[in-house]
Amino acid sequence: MLKRDNHTEFLILAVVTSLLMLVPLLNAIGPAEGFLSVSAFQVSLYGKYLTYAVLAMSLNLLWGYTGLLCLCQSLFFALGAYMMGMYLMLMIGERGAYQSVLPDFMVFLGYQELPLHWKPFYSFWFAAGAVLWVPGLLALIFGFLAFRSRIKGVYFSILTQALTYAACLMFFRNDFTFGGNNGFTDFKDILGCDLNADATNRGLFTATVTLLVLTYLSTTFLLKSKFGKIQQAIRDSENRVRFSGYSTTSYKLAIFVFSAMLAGAAGALYVPQVGGVNPSAMEAAKSLEVVVWVAVGGRGTKWGPIIGAVLVNFLKSFTTQAFPDYWLIIMGGLFVVVVLFFPDGVTGLYRDAKAALNKRRAAASPESA
Amino acid sequence: MTILSKSLKKLTAFAAALLFMGTTSTRAEDTVKVGILHSLSGTMAISETSLRDVLLFTFDEINANGGVLGKMIEPVEADGASDWPTFAEKAEQLLAVDKTAAVFGCWTSVSRKFVLPVFEKYKGLLFYPVQYEGEEESPNIFYTAEAVGQQAIPAVDYLLEEGYTKFYLIGTDYVYPQTTNIVLFEYLLSKGIPVENIGGGIRYEGDVAVSAGNYTPFGHTDFQQIVAEIKDFAASGDACVVNTINGDANVPFFKEIASSGLSSEDCPIVSFSLSEDEFRSLPTKDLVGHLGCWTYFMSIDSDANDAFKANFQEWLATKAPAAVQKEGRVTCSPMVLSYDGVYLWKAAVEKAGTFDPEAVIKALESGISFDGPGGTVTTQKNHHLTKSVYIGETLEDGQFDILEVIPDVYGEPWLKGTFK
Repeated sequence: MLKRDNHTEFLILAVVTSLLMLVPLLNAIGPAEGFLSVSAFQVSLYGKYLTYAVLAMSLNLLWGYTGLLCLCQSLFFALGAYMMGMYLMLMIGERGAYQSVLPDFMVFLGYQELPLHWKPFYSFWFAAGAVLWVPGLLALIFGFLAFRSRIKGVYFSILTQALTYAACLMFFRNDFTFGGNNGFTDFKDILGCDLNADATNRGLFTATVTLLVLTYLSTTFLLKSKFGKIQQAIRDSENRVRFSGYSTTSYKLAIFVFSAMLAGAAGALYVPQVGGVNPSAMEAAKSLEVVVWVAVGGRGTKWGPIIGAVLVNFLKSFTTQAFPDYWLIIMGGLFVVVVLFFPDGVTGLYRDAKAALNKRRAAASPESA
Repeated sequence: MTILSKSLKKLTAFAAALLFMGTTSTRAEDTVKVGILHSLSGTMAISETSLRDVLLFTFDEINANGGVLGKMIEPVEADGASDWPTFAEKAEQLLAVDKTAAVFGCWTSVSRKFVLPVFEKYKGLLFYPVQYEGEEESPNIFYTAEAVGQQAIPAVDYLLEEGYTKFYLIGTDYVYPQTTNIVLFEYLLSKGIPVENIGGGIRYEGDVAVSAGNYTPFGHTDFQQIVAEIKDFAASGDACVVNTINGDANVPFFKEIASSGLSSEDCPIVSFSLSEDEFRSLPTKDLVGHLGCWTYFMSIDSDANDAFKANFQEWLATKAPAAVQKEGRVTCSPMVLSYDGVYLWKAAVEKAGTFDPEAVIKALESGISFDGPGGTVTTQKNHHLTKSVYIGETLEDGQFDILEVIPDVYGEPWLKGTFK
């Protein structure tokens, strides 16, 4: 039984992945017009949705499977974006408004030379590493302090939100050497490839799909492992787990750090596809948005966060243009409906429908059998 | 109006909009698509919605007079939602999907910075209407906005003429106030004002001053200490304050000033981010007697301005869509610069004989004039406008009493480091 479920699951994953890979494929060789055409705009737009999906999956690991409602996921995401952004800023070189090797905002603020902590970011691989370890390290330190003091429930949420807010204020400061309110924009290329070129767009999209699949697989693997079982047990009753002799602190810390690194990686792929990052990416409201995506899709399910993130952001893109004056009412109404009538989100709806159908079949079958 | 009745109104308006959807579309070949990219939700909505409204009004006015090159303007609205990545996404949609001939939009510098690469990638055309810091000159953007030399410098000139010799600089910590104040710092030094007469603090990087003035975060509320410092600074009686605080942080700032007993006679404050439209939501009584400086005031006494104001009110009463707020509307500089932008674009399209952005940009660069509500504006080769600057004193009713007019000021974005 388990084997067969496994089989179907990987089949679905394979189908979804190939459908996603149709996007860059059609962009490269598809027609320029009509139903099958995919523009460069769509490639980067869908790429952005998928980075959001990974972000939602990283929150789901904490909220859905460990019972930690973490409100600093957008901070980890933004840190990843900033780390990659630093590399992209340095790659602009002398093509900025002031034709200086320094990023424009540094010239503007009167810097004579590059600050020391910027220098290693000339290397793509250093930046790619920092994308993971900077959010990871922050999560390690913060998580260690929070979990060791047995902070949980709503207090954990409030603390994580406070951390995000503090970081946001810090990044807004012009003298913090990260561009202040304007943040990083106007990137030119990545690894020598022109960011305006369609091929670069397709590459970034493919990288995002890869990250998404890896995240999905690692979630699946984690849930099946002993680690994952303890993780879910912590969600259901942490005291019992602790009394059984497990150090819940280390389990929570491990998953917190892993989730932060995932969010960071998503942020790193987000920044070249969106074309910029500023401190508003780590505003408290952004973390709440991620919670909404997970809730709409279905918390504690593997597909829920992906569906939620893509669905909500697609609807946002659509309504901000089709009904610019009313989109907040539409989205707000949708969230209210989801919370009131579908507490398990879209995937919960599917599960309920399936259960109802099985029940009807079961009721009908005794006669036929 | 309460929030509840406001949202109820929005809801009914939404129902009406749904009902009428699709009934107004004209045939595609008779129209030209033009984008509107402003925040209609989020923190910037309070300012930017007015620009959307005036753009819709301008398009209706042009369409009623035969359109542009015989085509009717078909506005495509997008909500930037005060969220900068959303601005970038919407800009790309307006250019790549809707193929708009021009886009009018943006308010904050950061939103402009996010859409700039998009406009350069798609070789589009953006008109940017709000006073800004300069230090930028994109080939695909026209800045109808006031540059620093068309707002801060004339205001300081006026104060120098009035005999003020001490200047306190205060602002919100972002790029516009930072740039304005460092330019003013250099300018004041070049005018012979000694460093110790420039208040707010100066930060040096080596020997070079890189930042001048006192900075607070967005939405700052506690100005007690700063105002005490200003009071000390102004004790000699010949001091004034240059205020680049943004948005609602001005409310606690001016409250604190008023309660400290510092009057506009003792120490006038000149503000660059407060126009008539902001006074709809700010208490004006604490600002009476303080100064403002823009390239348009609603109180300008001219036939062009009278006609503009009357036509806008008439449009609000008769033609405005359901979502537009109708009561208590005023006009202000960013609105008029949006309006001027549309007419400049129209003139450039007619001169170029095509809607192609590249040709239109060429035509704009050649110098096109329009007699707008704030006087004549002329496009320059550097994508800025020559226009008249007005200095006014705030009145009880949120209007300005015009004290001085400086005609035909050249728009120069690169001022930093030019005053020696």
